[in-house]
Amino acid sequence: MISRRQAVKNSAAVTGMLLAAGLLPQTVFAYNKAGFDAKTVADVMKAMGAGAPTESKDVTLTAPDIAENGAVVPLGAATSLANVKHMLILVEKNPNTMVASFEVSDAVEPNFLTRAKLGQTSDVYAVAITADGKALYAKKEVKVTLGGCGG
Amino acid sequence: MPDPMRIRAQASGDKATVRVLMSHEMETGQRKDANGQVIPAWFIQDVTASLNGKQVFHAEWGPAVSKNPFLQFNVKGAKAGDKLSVTWKDNRGETRTDEATVS
Repeated sequence: MISRRQAVKNSAAVTGMLLAAGLLPQTVFAYNKAGFDAKTVADVMKAMGAGAPTESKDVTLTAPDIAENGAVVPLGAATSLANVKHMLILVEKNPNTMVASFEVSDAVEPNFLTRAKLGQTSDVYAVAITADGKALYAKKEVKVTLGGCGG
Repeated sequence: MPDPMRIRAQASGDKATVRVLMSHEMETGQRKDANGQVIPAWFIQDVTASLNGKQVFHAEWGPAVSKNPFLQFNVKGAKAGDKLSVTWKDNRGETRTDEATVS
């Protein structure tokens, strides 16, 4: 007969094991918390281990001029540069600047499209980070008529 | 269990364009409910895609990706009939994988 105390102990052990198992994949793809917590473009660059960003014609940002609904703004980042490691989409005036970070590999083209929330009218950046830590960007101001953060 | 993703992968030439529509609340953690309580953040953090079992795509997302996220990317060397699977994982540790065939 298993006492209640023993049962509680057992279930605690199982939960612990499940937690450990759940944590394993996270160590494989360590989530870049510092990058996503950063409040400015410069801080994001620091968190990504890149130098000061420079504007480049080889990076393309796809963004609308005016977003009527800030909750769904289609944003795309693409580049023709070689040796790119990451493509980032940044929204300067959002509470957290970094929206998404895409890993570029041999198997995937550096051309990504997603939809983002914009809290207010802001500059939007597409940043390409090369293998040697250079950051190249394209930027555009997107006007928002209705904020995406609710509240 | 979250709703399934809608995945469409279309081959053209030597690459395939993949479009994914996920079903997720994507709560930012900035909003407050009617009682002034902050609604806790709940968003997809990690997205990966594999072609025939080999990982080809990885992205990290913040809370600013919109609700029911849309994602588009191009996979090189994918041809019709290949198996493409997409997996996401949110900050609560919940995860979902869906598969599609490249057409």
